[in-house]
Amino acid sequence: MKLYFKYMSILLKSQMQYRASFWLLSIGQFFVPFSVFAGLYFLFERFGSIRGWSFFEVALCFGVINMAFSITECFVRGFDIFSNLVVSGDFDRVLLRPRSTFIQVLGSQFEFTRLGRLLQGVIVLVWAAVNLSIRWTVFKIITLILMIISGIFIFTGIFVLAATLCFWTIQGIEVANIFTYGGKEISQYPLNIYKKWITRFFTFIIPFGCVNYLPLMYLLDRTQYNYHFYMLTPLIGILFIIPCLGVWEMGVKHYRSTGS
Amino acid sequence: MPQIEVSGIYKTFKVARRSSGLRQAVKSLFYREYDTVEALKDVSFTVDTGEIVGYIGPNGAGKSTTIKIISGILVPDRGKCTILGRVPWKERISHVRNIGVVFGQRTQLWWDVPVIDSYELLRDIYKIPRREYMNNLDLLVDTLDLKGIINTPVRQLSLGQRMRCELGASLLHSPGILFLDEPTIGLDAESKIAVRQFIKTINREKNVTVILTTHDMSDIEALANRILLIGNGRIVYDGNLNDLKGRFSTHKTIIINFREYNSPIDDKTLGIPGVSIVSCSQEKLTLRVDGNGILLTDIISRLSNIVDIVDISVESQPIDELIVKLYREYVI
Repeated sequence: MKLYFKYMSILLKSQMQYRASFWLLSIGQFFVPFSVFAGLYFLFERFGSIRGWSFFEVALCFGVINMAFSITECFVRGFDIFSNLVVSGDFDRVLLRPRSTFIQVLGSQFEFTRLGRLLQGVIVLVWAAVNLSIRWTVFKIITLILMIISGIFIFTGIFVLAATLCFWTIQGIEVANIFTYGGKEISQYPLNIYKKWITRFFTFIIPFGCVNYLPLMYLLDRTQYNYHFYMLTPLIGILFIIPCLGVWEMGVKHYRSTGS
Repeated sequence: MPQIEVSGIYKTFKVARRSSGLRQAVKSLFYREYDTVEALKDVSFTVDTGEIVGYIGPNGAGKSTTIKIISGILVPDRGKCTILGRVPWKERISHVRNIGVVFGQRTQLWWDVPVIDSYELLRDIYKIPRREYMNNLDLLVDTLDLKGIINTPVRQLSLGQRMRCELGASLLHSPGILFLDEPTIGLDAESKIAVRQFIKTINREKNVTVILTTHDMSDIEALANRILLIGNGRIVYDGNLNDLKGRFSTHKTIIINFREYNSPIDDKTLGIPGVSIVSCSQEKLTLRVDGNGILLTDIISRLSNIVDIVDISVESQPIDELIVKLYREYVI
């Protein structure tokens, strides 16, 4: 963990070498999802609600997912652009160092400018939280934080899977974007508004349901029973990272036997 | 006991067959044909502590593959390999802690920050104790003359300066073995000499085993007491450089300068079999000596009866020519 922060500090220094570019990108990143959010706003202004979800309820979901996604993009960027490492042959260097491949790839790149986007997620989240008539309790706040953490783990898992694909094919990386960016777009809304199979896929295969729909039911007091279960669903989402790491190890093994 | 033991290593790669044309390109999305390339065939050798071994061979002969296997990046198809008592691909982490690797064509330093920051990060990656780190750093800064450049970002360094920093980076954790993959590629004469000098020093003072691959035969001449030649995935020669010269060099050239002498010298006046005259002027004679049995003193004493010798130079066949000949001999 200490090493991870060392990596972070050296890359922050690197990015600060290009200061103007850093600030412009950060500001840009703040405004990018703004247009998406504006779209959301006008949608609700026209239709009022989607399947019984009000604007602020969806905005809460939007805020959680965007915060999780921007944190992931910032700190797990190494896996996001992992194909570069394979193409340039620098992954060999990773294998020559006495640390796990996971921590090294994680530390190979940070995208601090994504924190601009994080700020926007925070604003939307707070705005929604204040406008919803939720009786905030300690448990609810814990659940909300767990939702964000769980989201980070799930996005990290997807990034790791996408990166693993690079060991077999570089061209296939576009397919992986369906799950990273596509997953993000879809999970900005409560999952039960979609067709059954999409809901199922994003609950049981990639457990986004554990981040938005299920715990959201608890936050909004829509659960009749078993609310402890709904509260803890984000923890299940976190477990998603485990099989992803297993697949990653398989990928590394494949790379070491083929060298490409 | 040898430090590096490699025996019977085989490695094959599957290479996707590329074909031209749009139809073929579309087809290759769904189905690909593969060619099998045998990169290494029964490669065996041992290296003792403190040796400097030059690992040479034409492009694509299997040098990089060998280096990748013994440094723990690649897993071979079969064969055994023990380095410092460990199997590189089975115990990757403890293995790489004891080796240093420099790729001449790639950097291991962080591009945008001062060299010293990269070194500090490497200290954490390798978990080098503070004291050992400081000692090594002092030694490296001294011997590689890094004082003036250690606070400069890597991207602003010249290739020669960068290579010195790369060498430093690979030795911070006091490895017992150093793999150098074309360490002098693209360097100017001065930097080349500095790099060679450093490799010699570190080998002598810290008893670091060095395996280096290169296409520059003067590197080998300056550094390696032993060469391994690989061609078509097989080790075809393993021995020292002088033996190689003895076996393959066919002739020497002798150039003799003398005081002006007017009557021409021909093969008959010289009268030594195996020595022939390449050119002759009034002040200079160029001889070709075939084979190794001829004594230089015979030639000189014969000539000194005829002319007043001013200067003599002996040129062996350039080592590059030897290597080309060697490649041809083994059809690689």
